Amino acid sequence: MIEAVGLTKRYGDRLAVDQLSFSVKAGQVTGFLGPNGAGKSTTMRMILGLDAPTSGRVTVGGKPFAQAAYPMREVGALLDAKAVHGGRSAYNHLLCLAQTNNLPTRRVDEVLELVGLAAVAKKRSKGFSLGMGQRLGIAAALLGDPQVLMFDEPVNGLDPEGILWIRNLMKALAAEGRTVFVSSHLMSEMENTADHLVVIGRGRLVADCSVQEFIDNNSELSIRVKTPELTKLNTVLTDKGAIVRADGDEALLVTRLGMTEIGDLAFDNGIRVHELSPIQASLEQAFMELTKDSVEYHAAVPAGKGA
Amino acid sequence: MSTITDTRSTLTGLTPLPPASGRAGFGGALRSEWTKIRSVKSTVWTLAAAIIISVGISTLGNWGQASHTSLSAADLARRDLVQRSMFGIMLGQLVMVVFGALAITSEYATGMVRTSLTAQPRRLHVYFAKLVIVTVIAFVVGEIISFASFLIGTHFWATKGVDLSLSSHGALQAVIGGGLYLDGAALLAFGVGAALRHTAGTITVGVFLLFVVSIIVNFMPDSWQADIDKYLPANAGGQVWATQHTADVGTAFGAWAGFAVYICYAVIALLAGLLVFKRKDA
Repeated sequence: MIEAVGLTKRYGDRLAVDQLSFSVKAGQVTGFLGPNGAGKSTTMRMILGLDAPTSGRVTVGGKPFAQAAYPMREVGALLDAKAVHGGRSAYNHLLCLAQTNNLPTRRVDEVLELVGLAAVAKKRSKGFSLGMGQRLGIAAALLGDPQVLMFDEPVNGLDPEGILWIRNLMKALAAEGRTVFVSSHLMSEMENTADHLVVIGRGRLVADCSVQEFIDNNSELSIRVKTPELTKLNTVLTDKGAIVRADGDEALLVTRLGMTEIGDLAFDNGIRVHELSPIQASLEQAFMELTKDSVEYHAAVPAGKGA
Repeated sequence: MSTITDTRSTLTGLTPLPPASGRAGFGGALRSEWTKIRSVKSTVWTLAAAIIISVGISTLGNWGQASHTSLSAADLARRDLVQRSMFGIMLGQLVMVVFGALAITSEYATGMVRTSLTAQPRRLHVYFAKLVIVTVIAFVVGEIISFASFLIGTHFWATKGVDLSLSSHGALQAVIGGGLYLDGAALLAFGVGAALRHTAGTITVGVFLLFVVSIIVNFMPDSWQADIDKYLPANAGGQVWATQHTADVGTAFGAWAGFAVYICYAVIALLAGLLVFKRKDA
């Protein structure tokens, strides 16, 4: 439903988005992942036509967003919850948006009810908490019953209940067959929500795959073996082509060899094994590994925190 | 957890939207901009302030002048008492600049413009809808100011034996012109605001063009002033709310020629604003 081809945005001599091509399909939650400053927001603004690409193009439902007959029925977006006039009531904010697309006025009350803001509908949004502001933004995005939904860092600054609410909302929207495109700089956030991932770093595409593929490709499975005969086991496994690292004084971390093979090898060689367990590197680690070269502003990492 | 289950059931429970034909167009944009402008206190208060300040200053000025003049009724009648009765417009135009500026710059200050342009990405609709709403509101408020000022003024001059009414020579055109002049000030600011996207900067430019330029020109050599003076926005536009058109220096424009020159400034600003609004990243 969203298709970007060679999308590029240049600010002065800085390439914010660089030859980005990807597509976002309907019926699933697609996570748009990248470190801060990777170009996620810029990309989303270009999808909406708020920023014009330097080159390349992006379409929603096959045509540029600005050509949609009723834009709000096509795309609902929450890019910045603060992008409202604080002096306007929640009701009037939604009303003035609904009017642009000839949406029925009762729809305003319905979405206010849906996001739980009906009680404060007549209050000026200036006094809203972060979570209420976010809900107002989501109400605006849902006004037109759109086929495509875009959320830019929707859970930033929300409390756990709010995070859960948004997560479930996104899943429910995708389950209804809609296209859900949501950005985040936290892999852990996407792990629970997204079905598909588009990962970028420094404006370039780093990965475009399902969450499972991402895990399989980027986080190597290692096996932890606990044994009193470290040296002996090490030699046996290394001979079979495994990569072995010490994990404390009593265990080894083994990669490139399955759990069954390790167990059999130990048995064949008469080595006692006290523990045999799979260790999956977290997606967060995989993500950091993948984008470490493309993080724009590096902080010095304290020593001794190797991945 | 209850919130979440609620949400899910409500989400599917939303009444489906009726199918729509055609396209989201100018009519919807107009209704939206009207809602926007009436639903924030700042615009409502700015307009109220424009009326109170302008009519108030006019009233004070007329009262003061009428009660302290030593001129005879015949001498007074030779002066442009119609324009004098609307003296408050000189200050009112500055408040109208604030109104015109805020109509567009507040969207940038708050970030609302990105939400607006996501709802209606066809930017020309948004720009012209705003422009129409600002023009109509500023016109109505402007006419309220000019008519109220004039009608109150006539009472003070009546005490001096000057019979002033809308049927006096040139009066009706000048009073209507007073409102038009104020409308022009709002439009000028709106155009500058769209180009600059910054409230304080826009108001500064507006005040500069309508006020400060005249002061600067006053310090120029007389022979220069003769050529420049009549083209200044306030001087050219001032002709449309005057009944006498001889300037102190040089030859002044007639009422509508002057107004045309004045509106040219607004049109240039509006075109610059249009170009920026259409082209530049929001």
